[in-house]
Amino acid sequence: MKQTNVFKTSIILLLSVWLAVFVLVPNLLVLVASFLGRDESGFIKFTPGFDNYLRLLDPIYLRVFAHSLGLALLTTVVCLGLGYPFAYFLAQFRPSLRPVLLTLVIVPFWTNSLIRTYAIRSLLAAKGLMNNTLIALGLIDEPIRLLYTGSAVLIGMVYILLPFMILPLYSAIEKLDRRLVEAAADLGAGRWRRFWHVTLPLTLPGIIAGCLLVFMPALGLFFIADVLGGSRDLLVGNFLKDQFLDARDWPFGAAASIVLIGLLLLFLSAYAYSLKQFSAEENH
Amino acid sequence: MEKLKSGYMALIFGFLYLPMAVLVLYSFNSSKYSIRWEAFSLDWYRSLATDDTLLEASMNSLLVACLSASLACAVGTLGAVGLYRYRFKGRKLLQGLLFVTLMSPDIVMAVSLLVLFIAMHVKLGFWTLLLSHTTFCLPFVTITVLSRLEGFDRHLIEAASDLGASEWQAIRQIVLPLAMPAIMAGWLLSFTLSLDDVVVSFFVTGPEFEVLPLKIYSMVRLGVKPEVNALAALLFAVSLGVVISAQYLLQRKPQ
Repeated sequence: MKQTNVFKTSIILLLSVWLAVFVLVPNLLVLVASFLGRDESGFIKFTPGFDNYLRLLDPIYLRVFAHSLGLALLTTVVCLGLGYPFAYFLAQFRPSLRPVLLTLVIVPFWTNSLIRTYAIRSLLAAKGLMNNTLIALGLIDEPIRLLYTGSAVLIGMVYILLPFMILPLYSAIEKLDRRLVEAAADLGAGRWRRFWHVTLPLTLPGIIAGCLLVFMPALGLFFIADVLGGSRDLLVGNFLKDQFLDARDWPFGAAASIVLIGLLLLFLSAYAYSLKQFSAEENH
Repeated sequence: MEKLKSGYMALIFGFLYLPMAVLVLYSFNSSKYSIRWEAFSLDWYRSLATDDTLLEASMNSLLVACLSASLACAVGTLGAVGLYRYRFKGRKLLQGLLFVTLMSPDIVMAVSLLVLFIAMHVKLGFWTLLLSHTTFCLPFVTITVLSRLEGFDRHLIEAASDLGASEWQAIRQIVLPLAMPAIMAGWLLSFTLSLDDVVVSFFVTGPEFEVLPLKIYSMVRLGVKPEVNALAALLFAVSLGVVISAQYLLQRKPQ
């Protein structure tokens, strides 16, 4: 019995200590750093205060946050719009072919995202396939500028993150009890009412999970904006990269990071809350 | 209606695969400016094979990916066994911490790990990269293994203890074999996550230890290069192989 206890304690401690050292402590350090100052030579100075947070209120930085949140939100909406019907049709597909199609959704998810961003870049380049096709079709006379635009960054984001939306949606839709939809049909509900009042509420956990899985990484993927958008579209991810690696204003970067974490925790708790509501409703 | 549905699915698959397909196709094009198709050639693969810095970065990446996947599997599997087998104080907290680690965006983890390593005066390079990659792979392994274990009958372990097996014997001879497919799938997932990572590596590695994604990042920012097409095609082939093996492992029914 004693041996069991030693084993039990050590395996639980191993995981707990690892997460404490590499997740909990680092984030606490960031929190502490966000309240510190910086002297002229760039070293961290122990002058506790809210200066870094106040600096973030500058319209320039507010715009960075607003732009990032806007782009992440837009990416999420586009992914949901494209992904929901796709996941729905996939769940209805012939069962024999479904695993193959599902694997086809998973492959991009596992492929190097930088390589995939590069693929979009070469497609949208001035002499890339997209421009050449448009010229061949006679839609345009000379190459148009597709790269280094806001839409290029949006296309890249959607391209990278779409599988993250489809997979949770698919697993929610697949679990849906079709008899409920049939019952609604028997009771005379039309196609839209069935979707709006039965299918959509029942697949809501999948929708929320998918939205989170798209929205959260969308805030941090600095290389997509770097590769496709030039540096004009400054996002929170790019901003953090600049503050920590180029400007080396760590306390300021830490404050921005804490604001980002705060926003994410807000979204996560909204998710947890909605799941609770959902299961409470189901139990009624 | 059916045609419309299939058409829509084909369109999305086209969106997901066309850019990669074009890249792979042009990696065999002899023309340096990848607009016109000239002739089939393996030149770009050859020039890859002679690029020493690229080969070194690839070797570094493979090393970190193998080691961090193995380390994450060791710690993560033991942790999953602990979470599955025992009820203890702080169990909910540990699960919450795992969930937060799983959901926290790369950039947040990258920033916090950089601050940790600098505060501890650890030199950025191989070790910081290994520890960081293990950390972001850990929740994936733990959750994959835990969800497989939860599908099994707990009575099997009780039966083993009744028959006189010690805790360690029961875990080694019953729990671990049952969890094996999930452990292997977790290893493969960690391996690709590590190979794929740009954001965390960008923050926590030093100039002496360059990894492939960062090397690609610096190549890609300079513009379209045919060598990158060849490299992309190779990496795509690796992911394809890994996904197919992982799917096979996870879908195999428990005996």
